[in-house]
Amino acid sequence: MSGRRVLVTGLGSFWGGRVAQALEADPSVEVIVGLDTTEPTVELERTEYVRVDANYSILARIVRATQVDTIIHTFLIVDPTQMSRREMHEINVIGTMNLFAAASAPGSTVRNVVVKSATLIYGCSAKDPTWFNEDSPVDPSPNSAVERNLEAVESYVRDFSEDNPHVSVSLLRFSNVIGQEIVTPLTRALNLPVVPSILGFDPRFQFVHEDDVISSILYVLRQNLNGIYNVAGAGLLPWSEVAALCGKRTFPLPPIGAGAMLWPVRRLGLIDLPEEYLQLLRYGRGVDNRKLKRAGFEYRYTSAQAVREFAEAMRLTRAVGSNAPAYRYERDVEQFFRHSPAVVRDRPH
Amino acid sequence: MAEPPRTKPADKKAAPRPATTRKRPAPTSGATTRKRPAPTSDATTRTATSHSTALVPVQRPEPVIAPEPEPRLSDVDEWGRSERWRSLARRAYEPIYRHWFRVEWEGLEKIPADGGALLVANHAAAIPSDAPVIMHGIESELGRPVYGLADYFFRQTPVLGTMWSRLGGLPAHPDNAYRLLRNQQQLVLVFPEGTKGPSKLYSHRYQLRRFGRGGFVEIAMRAGVPVIPIAVVGAEESMPIVARLPSVARAIGVPYLPVTANMLAFGPIGAALYFPAKFKLRVLDPVHFDVPPDKERYSRSRIMDESEKIREQIQNALYDMLRERQSVWFG
Repeated sequence: MSGRRVLVTGLGSFWGGRVAQALEADPSVEVIVGLDTTEPTVELERTEYVRVDANYSILARIVRATQVDTIIHTFLIVDPTQMSRREMHEINVIGTMNLFAAASAPGSTVRNVVVKSATLIYGCSAKDPTWFNEDSPVDPSPNSAVERNLEAVESYVRDFSEDNPHVSVSLLRFSNVIGQEIVTPLTRALNLPVVPSILGFDPRFQFVHEDDVISSILYVLRQNLNGIYNVAGAGLLPWSEVAALCGKRTFPLPPIGAGAMLWPVRRLGLIDLPEEYLQLLRYGRGVDNRKLKRAGFEYRYTSAQAVREFAEAMRLTRAVGSNAPAYRYERDVEQFFRHSPAVVRDRPH
Repeated sequence: MAEPPRTKPADKKAAPRPATTRKRPAPTSGATTRKRPAPTSDATTRTATSHSTALVPVQRPEPVIAPEPEPRLSDVDEWGRSERWRSLARRAYEPIYRHWFRVEWEGLEKIPADGGALLVANHAAAIPSDAPVIMHGIESELGRPVYGLADYFFRQTPVLGTMWSRLGGLPAHPDNAYRLLRNQQQLVLVFPEGTKGPSKLYSHRYQLRRFGRGGFVEIAMRAGVPVIPIAVVGAEESMPIVARLPSVARAIGVPYLPVTANMLAFGPIGAALYFPAKFKLRVLDPVHFDVPPDKERYSRSRIMDESEKIREQIQNALYDMLRERQSVWFG
């Protein structure tokens, strides 16, 4: 039996790159094709990188040509500070739509789909329960572009799953990801000399460590899990404690007009906390992670442990600087190692 | 009418009492969360057996959710409650409890020492004085935490919302109540009248409002815990409302804005100063519902019946206690 043929979207992001790296180590995976608009940022041995435009117009051709049986869709932007609303819409909504159109084309060989979503979809308001579970209704009136995008994406996933009952589709809703590599508005906030908070609020936050993120994606893939799963570390931590774990003090922003007050620092590029994160600094969000645990997944980190790990990595960086050798994708070099007859492959280790 | 079984209030006057009560919360303060596993593990077996007899063998989450044992910088639990804050608050509140309101309990032994239960009480006073009294009383007498469900309005309010949360308050969402009662076997306090209770005028004192839509009964059924009704006398007179300013309340976004007798008597300080009304609390017999837990739906008419029955019980107990009461200030 031949091995798995996997398509990873968002290869240039932390998510796609790390997942592809992990898949390369798995001998049962025969082919890994990675798509992105930008070049990979991690070193990959046998993943084939294909540059695509933001909305994957050539996707149907790629799926047909490579005969992939597994799609890992990590190319969803949930950090609105990275690009304009329109670009985000192209990538998230149109990209996902095209991806599923290609995957459900007649003769499609796709049998497994894993989609990355975020717990942002539950929204964040004072009326929320302390813990959301997978059956909780999603925010009925999303007030940010990311949330609206996620709802559109999830509706495509739902439709695809209904139209293709022979495909196992799993949708992972990730909580706030933290770790030494990933950069999110929250990790940036925690890297500031003082950590912004909202005066008079000390909400409880939940985190998931980046290692757990990658291993959960691989786990649902290996187990062919179906359905929606929250992915989040156990336990909730007050924001003040998160800051304290990172060795920082909080800097309270006024509860009214925090957005306006942030405007100048935002213009200077010092700090960028989008609206949904300001809301999170008021009410926090907890999601129930028991469904994935019941499916057999074991988390390595609780919320508190994930933050501790992050704080340690941050202290190390502060001490020695970020000395990780910067990897740069060189097309010719990569092509040489993958395809030149001069390279001896399959040598025993 | 039956006077004899008042054991609790009697020892309030006894001198050694305050010492023992103050000593008891001390071990609890840090240890509540650590002490939990003992009762919870026994709760596991209890709920596990009830599952095996369930008619529909649905796969259920493990019933008990205990916090991960791990080093933390704060002791704020998943609901936002902090035992450290709570014990500070208990120390600050003790003189008010003992000397201002001179709280007397009757039937406190009906509240179980472990296992979940939904405490249901009548609600009164412009700034409700009953919730802190009930939570303080049970925590210091029984040495176990009480979580108070309230309007999400608190959560929206800066500073106050955080304090409220640290002291054991949380938004009254059914999911929150279910997890606390079913999975964590805690005591949860709820006022089914909602804001209709404390916002009523003094002329309506001790006349219970509608008990919502009976949601508290449904939650107790689903969680498989009893409802324990509590009748509170004294809160009404501690901060009576003489008038309301609904349009101003709407404009500033609060559920209601009262003009209280305290304000008229003491001026601006009266906004936060209670009258020293004598508090008497009577715990009524726990109400067990003979239904299987975790059902998707329970009979609506049954829920409304039970809700109305509990409301009547509290109402009758209140009338009974008021018949006995000789003075608002001295009981």
